[in-house]
Amino acid sequence: MSLTTAHSVVAPSSNAKLIAGTIIVAYALISIVPLLWIFATSFKTPPDSIAYPPKIVFQPSIEGYCNLFTTRTRQTPEYINSLGPATGFCDETVRKRNMVIAGPSNFLPRFVNSLIIAFGSTFCAVFLGTLSAYGFSRFKVPLADDLLFFILSTRFMPPIAVAIPIYLMYRELGLSDTALGMILLYTAVNVSLAVWLLKGFIDEIPREYEEAAMIDGYTRLQAFWRTVLPQATTGIAATAIFCLIFAWNEYAFAALLTSGTAQTAPPFIPTIIGEGGQDWPAVAAGTTIFLVPILVFTILLRKQLLRGITFGAVRK
Amino acid sequence: MLNRTADNVARATPEPLAKKIRGISDKGLAWLFISPTILLLLAINIFPLFWAIYLSFTNYRANRPNEVVKNLGLANYQRILGDHDIWIAMQTTAHFVFWTILLQTVIGFTLAWLIDRKFRGHAFWTTIILVPMMLSPAVVGNFWRFLYEPQIGLFSYVISFVTGIPPTNVQMLSSVELAPWAIIIVDTWMWTPYVMLICLAGLRSIPEYIYEAAEVDRASNWRQFWSITLPMALPFIMLAVLFRGIENFKMFDMVNLLTGGGPGSTTEVASITLKRQAFESWRTGYSSAFAIILFVAVFGLANIYVKALNKVKQR
Repeated sequence: MSLTTAHSVVAPSSNAKLIAGTIIVAYALISIVPLLWIFATSFKTPPDSIAYPPKIVFQPSIEGYCNLFTTRTRQTPEYINSLGPATGFCDETVRKRNMVIAGPSNFLPRFVNSLIIAFGSTFCAVFLGTLSAYGFSRFKVPLADDLLFFILSTRFMPPIAVAIPIYLMYRELGLSDTALGMILLYTAVNVSLAVWLLKGFIDEIPREYEEAAMIDGYTRLQAFWRTVLPQATTGIAATAIFCLIFAWNEYAFAALLTSGTAQTAPPFIPTIIGEGGQDWPAVAAGTTIFLVPILVFTILLRKQLLRGITFGAVRK
Repeated sequence: MLNRTADNVARATPEPLAKKIRGISDKGLAWLFISPTILLLLAINIFPLFWAIYLSFTNYRANRPNEVVKNLGLANYQRILGDHDIWIAMQTTAHFVFWTILLQTVIGFTLAWLIDRKFRGHAFWTTIILVPMMLSPAVVGNFWRFLYEPQIGLFSYVISFVTGIPPTNVQMLSSVELAPWAIIIVDTWMWTPYVMLICLAGLRSIPEYIYEAAEVDRASNWRQFWSITLPMALPFIMLAVLFRGIENFKMFDMVNLLTGGGPGSTTEVASITLKRQAFESWRTGYSSAFAIILFVAVFGLANIYVKALNKVKQR
């Protein structure tokens, strides 16, 4: 199933192409506006962000990013004047609003949590998924179809439904609000997808390679390590991206099962507030920083992603 | 010659070690490879599920772990099926699932069909269209709250600019009539590309010779669309509907952040009710029973649907 070679239409007329192109470009531009608006808002000052009518042209400022990474306290002008000269741009901006920087905010630790949990669970899911996919692909496993269906069916459950017993179980085991607990949970959710995707990729690798290697004296394990794994790299990479995107974006489990030390960025970003409500430039700044890795992934790896999405759809 | 070398090497290897490495039979290796995954799923998915089933027959409350747990039999299930609020939540969910799927399928298929015209630069614009679905529904959904703000929000401003309604009156999230649509709009914005992608795979799986044969028979474009394109892409469209249906039945992130189920309970979909019962009222037994009912409903509906899908595929 290639997305680039097939032609399902006999040479569309140039007029039809022009109309189709115009509609698609218009849709793409409109659908991208909310994201551009997030990006723009992250460089606005708080007053600019809530101006009416909404400002398209504005003086860019990094105040949103300053507010994102710091906590601030309001002080009297006299106190601020009694302080030494401002150190750095953020300090200066904050003082203009009669505030001083009190310390770093929780954004950075939450972002680091997101990184640890997303990459940790992706590694585990892909590792376990590759082994199982190989097992299902090459050996006669009793009840293989039932097991495969069982693995997949775990994705039918609403996350909140899963969260209730997990919450109780983690409370008993002392895993609530720990990175380890979240990694285990995301691994369990992702491994079902990983097994299904990877089994497809490994099925495509001819068995003859391993058989040749085993005739040469390799054991089954060595043959797996030396011949199958290198051939499956593309598939493993594509699967890893899917697992990573899921774990990076996940909100429901994170919001219910983490509250402090292991909280990830998605439940944290909506809680960024300034004086008198949500601090939208800071929220936009956090959102921008959070979205950039995925945007880069999407653009760099679009071919593999497309293949993975449609592949999953076509196989089932 | 080579064989003899291998034999010598084999003989030179200490016996127990050789046995250890070569001794793993294929069957043993298969279980060695598969069992970690199965064990993890048993521990994190299946064991909790059975625990939830057990709790659903009790009056257990997670915020009072020391209280005596009473067995209630089927009382929780009876209460849920007779609970007016639960049925309202199911209706809200159905309304949400119906409209998002309808909009996403119609727009997604149209986009896929247009992209399949192969105009210049279609690959680039396809990538741009895909971007929203890769992002976190929670983080982006949260930002839509800002776009929906009356007066200062971009969305409300554009609506009032186009329709002439005073900007303070465009209350997308706090109006009872508009709030469900506010969520439908964000979900459609986010997931139409997904439906589009699957439809595109369907359109490109139609072999060209069928169209060529239709050209020879002088079938009109209109005719070709209705008797070739649509029926042959139908299994893919149905698959997209299945995936989106399951996902939106479980919908939590976006609703929780955009409206939290409000105003009142106008946008309280099943997952929000579940969260309120389980993590705000702490009626653990009761909400476990509701979770089981939801799980059975999704599973049952999906199975019926897959049967229908297979029938369409075989045609």
